[in-house]
Amino acid sequence: MTIEKVLEFIDVVIVYDNFPAVAGATFSVNAGEIVLLQGANGAGKTTLLRACAGLLPIARGSANVLGCDLRLDRLAVRSRVGLLGHANGLFQDLTVLENMLFWSRLVGATRNDVDQAMDAMGLSGRLSQTQVAKLSAGQRRRCALASLIVRRAQLWLLDEPHAGLDAQGRDELDRTLRAARDAGATVIFASHEIERASALATRSLVVASGTVKPA
Amino acid sequence: MKKTAIKTAKRRVASAVFIKDLRIEARSRVVTNQVLPFAGLIMVMFAFALDNDDVLQRVAGGLIWLATIFSLFIIVQRSFAIDTSDSALDSLRVAGIDLSAVFLGKAIALSLQLIALDIVLIAAAFLLYQVQVSVIGLVLLVTCVACATTGLGFVGTLYGGLTAGTNGRETLLPLLLLPVVAPVLIAATRATEAAFGSGGAAISEGWAWVGLLAIFAAVFGVGGSLAFGPLIDE
Repeated sequence: MTIEKVLEFIDVVIVYDNFPAVAGATFSVNAGEIVLLQGANGAGKTTLLRACAGLLPIARGSANVLGCDLRLDRLAVRSRVGLLGHANGLFQDLTVLENMLFWSRLVGATRNDVDQAMDAMGLSGRLSQTQVAKLSAGQRRRCALASLIVRRAQLWLLDEPHAGLDAQGRDELDRTLRAARDAGATVIFASHEIERASALATRSLVVASGTVKPA
Repeated sequence: MKKTAIKTAKRRVASAVFIKDLRIEARSRVVTNQVLPFAGLIMVMFAFALDNDDVLQRVAGGLIWLATIFSLFIIVQRSFAIDTSDSALDSLRVAGIDLSAVFLGKAIALSLQLIALDIVLIAAAFLLYQVQVSVIGLVLLVTCVACATTGLGFVGTLYGGLTAGTNGRETLLPLLLLPVVAPVLIAATRATEAAFGSGGAAISEGWAWVGLLAIFAAVFGVGGSLAFGPLIDE
């Protein structure tokens, strides 16, 4: 079943560290969109993304993601979203392949899924046997993205996904996000690199003073 | 049918976390290269400090478990450091998996590392303190180690998760954990003394203490499974 409206926030307030990081955000995202969140540092982009992933409680308003009411149950949505924050969420002492296999075991994905994800992010061959701690920042980012592909997330929430990537890595990332969209996923990402991000996005939103407005 | 699927998923997650933790330990060798020498040093330092065979034989059980508990702090800190260093714990939360399975996987891996540590510590006690044990005493000792390390694995994982995201967790963890593991220290020491026959203790006296260790392990196993998810989530 396709849910037309993947995300709908109405007058949402999110309190983080006793501070209303998001204060009355109203916006919606439709299935198959790639939505860019713009905004200055501290505007509330990261808080918004983490709340969409069900990691932060909604203090007020109505928040619905993939058909789950976040005010009633924040846990239900988690298995269906993939969040890539500033950190990569990888185990430094494991190799790329071991990291991928670990995440695949958690979600019940197959070895074939792992191989496909690693191929898509250019991590096959020698790189797959390299310890994550020994990878460059860009390679780690690609590894984290491959783990999102393995998890088969319906909604991708990415915080500064281009950060640390070289030109080739950025192109690969853009291709991956478009491929994910073509495969039925929806993408919301925050970025400061407006020119590149705008070319990738189908729509842009501006986060300012805890509110969300069209760009 | 649904219950079976949930159980299978839980087992799959627990085994993945268990294998991951042990694989990282095998690669980084923190327990082998840092914790084991640290625990061994505690045993040697006490041997120098007390310098009396009778006293050492009398207190050997207590020294083994003190060294185990001090080492527990380091292993727990390390176990959660690998999960928090690159926000992998956040990724685990977002993966939508049953966090009680993560608890079980981590606790069992921790218990296994403690068992390996205790084997070395007990060997050190034989060597440095000249303690002796009969065959029946050995059965008591093995059961005591199994129950105590299981309990310590559960409680260590629970409190490790509780302090994982906090500032000053290095000092907070021992502060919170020491009072909670006091029953394990007392019961395991008494059971080990009974196994060694220290101070004329009879082997039969040790089984009651092993029972207490088993209850401790069961309480923290069940309680930890229920509490770990909400604790990590907050």
